[in-house]
Amino acid sequence: MENGSRVWTEGGAMDRMLVALKNIYKGFAGVEVLKNVSLTIAPGEIRCLAGENGCGKSTLIKILSGVYTPDAGSIVLGGREYRALRPIDAIRGGVQVIYQDFSLFPNLTVAENLALNTQVSRGKMFVNWREMRTTASESLDEIGVSIDLKKLVGDLSVADKQLVAIARALLHNARLIIMDEPTTALTQKEVGALFSIIQKLKETGISILFVSHKMREMLDISEKISIMRNGVIVSEGEIGKYDAGAITYHMTGHSIDEIRYEGTRTEGKVPLLHVEKLGKSGVFKDVSFSLHSGEILGVTGLLGCGRTELALSLFGREPADSGRIFRDGREVVIGSVQDAMAQKIAYVPEDRLTEGLFLAQPITRNLFSATYDRYTNAFGLLDTSAIRSGTGDMLRSFDIATPNAHNPVRSLSGGNQQRVVLARWMSTKARVLILNGPTVGVDVGSKFEIHKKLREIAGSGVAVMLFSDDIQELISNCNRILVMHKGSMVCELGGASLQENDIIDCLRRLS
Amino acid sequence: MGKILKRNEFILFCILVLFACFVGYINAGFWSPLNIFSLLKSSVVMGIFAIGTLMVILSGGIDISFPAFSVFSFYITVKYLVAIKYQGTILLPFVLAVLIGMSLGLVNAFLISKFRLAPLIVTLGTGSAVTGFLRAFVGTGIIPNLPSSMVAFSRMNILNTTLPDGSTASLSVSIFLFLGLAVAAAFFLKYTTLGRGIYALGGDPVAALRVGFNPVKIQCFVYGMAGALAGAAGIVHSSLIRQANPRDLEGFEMEIIASVVLGGASLTGGKGTVLGTVLGVFILVLIKSSLILVGIPSDWQKVVVGAVLIVATVATAYRMKRHV
Repeated sequence: MENGSRVWTEGGAMDRMLVALKNIYKGFAGVEVLKNVSLTIAPGEIRCLAGENGCGKSTLIKILSGVYTPDAGSIVLGGREYRALRPIDAIRGGVQVIYQDFSLFPNLTVAENLALNTQVSRGKMFVNWREMRTTASESLDEIGVSIDLKKLVGDLSVADKQLVAIARALLHNARLIIMDEPTTALTQKEVGALFSIIQKLKETGISILFVSHKMREMLDISEKISIMRNGVIVSEGEIGKYDAGAITYHMTGHSIDEIRYEGTRTEGKVPLLHVEKLGKSGVFKDVSFSLHSGEILGVTGLLGCGRTELALSLFGREPADSGRIFRDGREVVIGSVQDAMAQKIAYVPEDRLTEGLFLAQPITRNLFSATYDRYTNAFGLLDTSAIRSGTGDMLRSFDIATPNAHNPVRSLSGGNQQRVVLARWMSTKARVLILNGPTVGVDVGSKFEIHKKLREIAGSGVAVMLFSDDIQELISNCNRILVMHKGSMVCELGGASLQENDIIDCLRRLS
Repeated sequence: MGKILKRNEFILFCILVLFACFVGYINAGFWSPLNIFSLLKSSVVMGIFAIGTLMVILSGGIDISFPAFSVFSFYITVKYLVAIKYQGTILLPFVLAVLIGMSLGLVNAFLISKFRLAPLIVTLGTGSAVTGFLRAFVGTGIIPNLPSSMVAFSRMNILNTTLPDGSTASLSVSIFLFLGLAVAAAFFLKYTTLGRGIYALGGDPVAALRVGFNPVKIQCFVYGMAGALAGAAGIVHSSLIRQANPRDLEGFEMEIIASVVLGGASLTGGKGTVLGTVLGVFILVLIKSSLILVGIPSDWQKVVVGAVLIVATVATAYRMKRHV
């Protein structure tokens, strides 16, 4: 480890820059993804790269890390100009990408995950375990965290995995660390910890390129922001000159105003869903609440507070073992997903990619997978013409943008995939809709569309439960917000005067 | 990673000891040197196969073609050496069989890495093709007279003990081949970059590529090694039974995979150890032979092997679920 080389000095007087993209063009199969993009990053700078899905952000990152070669333009790195930057040049120049999936080995220890890169890149034939552990613990010390080196990475929390990924990047004498949506799976507190590490890295002269969807985080952490739309950097400057509205405007090309959702009045009516002292041993206990038609009820809490488990128990996936559930005032037993569906309860899972969708299957099949039994003819066979017209209706009413409903769901963007899941469950004529993190990894524009849809759904008399980490999302969409901690409901917040900070304070007191 | 895996191997060791005590209690003949030596001898061929299979499974693949490759290697080697009336040492038969096995393994690696085909399908295909080719073009007859060096190899014993009834029990030297290979493999997997690369590839192929491993190279190594070890195991097998039968070892892949999985290896790749595999082999050999010893018909062996495979897989899956 050559610590001395961290701070970039060579040519610093010239024009303080660590890396520069000059007039980059890149296209795939005739489609221009990047059009004349130029970007300069100074040493020790925290830059945010914002933009909706498909705007060219990922392509830009891949060009910076040498995975793609631009069609035209050049990359300046470490004082050298490259027409075609190879991955090895990027690594030697100090560019490190922390991928969303972290690219770690779940079956290997923390120590080995940290040291393996060096091991391979130095072309060593034999492994010196003691040296590996020393390297690993030094790299963790550098960012000031302590994680058991002997633990398997697969057993770590998401936040710890990320720290391991960051420490690993530093082992490569990183000068620019590109973080691709680093906060997606982190809790509020962990995001705070990550940001203080980013600040620490900045002080040692390392630059950060921070790719994010979350407005609040962009504004909190970055110094400069570059906003992309349709393959072009449309706006760039000091973060102080931007606010959420301006960023959204540049990202989407039009302004989006989120007004708070005002639910219908609920006094005196029988709740659609009422839960009394619901519990599941070791996971959550004594959870009680009522949910009325037209309401959007938010549930939040730190990771591991039991909220996902609560959602799953309401949908019968992992049934509760104590307490009572009432639908329209009648007590019901929800012991399986079939029970929940019979009670017209629908669930949109947190991880739509692994739990909610059949990725390789056509969009239409995904849309109808919960309701095929309703589209049969007299012989019990599928009525294809009814399905065809149903598909058209659903695509239209949920604004799912696709040239062909027979394309696999995989071909859709994140926001569109999420809408397919929503459409599927709404087609079951659900009365209670439970959503778990519906906009995780979804860009601003699609997020807005999903929120609009949720309000429409609630407005039509459905009761919606929204389990989320995104405080802004909860505030603007929910009538009431329940906060869970260690398996119990600790507070209920509501009312038009509710501010983001009220929730943040509540969460902070708990952690 | 130490604790859990070590505990796993400790459990396996306990199972082995308890099972041995149980069988010994029912039939005292179990503890006779004759029986112990014969058990060790019958674990040699399985063990050599299992080491190769472990490496393939660790890398996230699967190989069911190795019994076919093994037969192909030893049968052609023996047939050729008998034809030229070979009189030299045991070295040449091993070298020939290993080279043949390795080449066939590399064909697997080529198909799997080049065309990104599923290892199960590729090895199912190559195994079947090789068996068919052997029987159609090389021969189906049993060769009863092996080259003299192979016969001599089967007679090389150590630890000769004379039993009370006057007969002698002796331990075949081939056990050292197995244990030596096991030690070498354990060292290789733990202390070489390539060895760690096998674990890395099995853990996350994309991440392995990003770290700088060459997946094609690793796959060539594991499938080539599985083929080479299959060739070596073939010569040992053929020597020990003193004939070359092209219909041998059929269905053997089940038992080997069962013992590797029993030894704690995960079929999804990236998890498993040589020590666990060796214990797994011993346990399976013990189960199989003791079924006969306690008077259970040998047809039940297949039932038991199948059950062991399922139970071991369930146990591994359960442990992982509880763990993660």
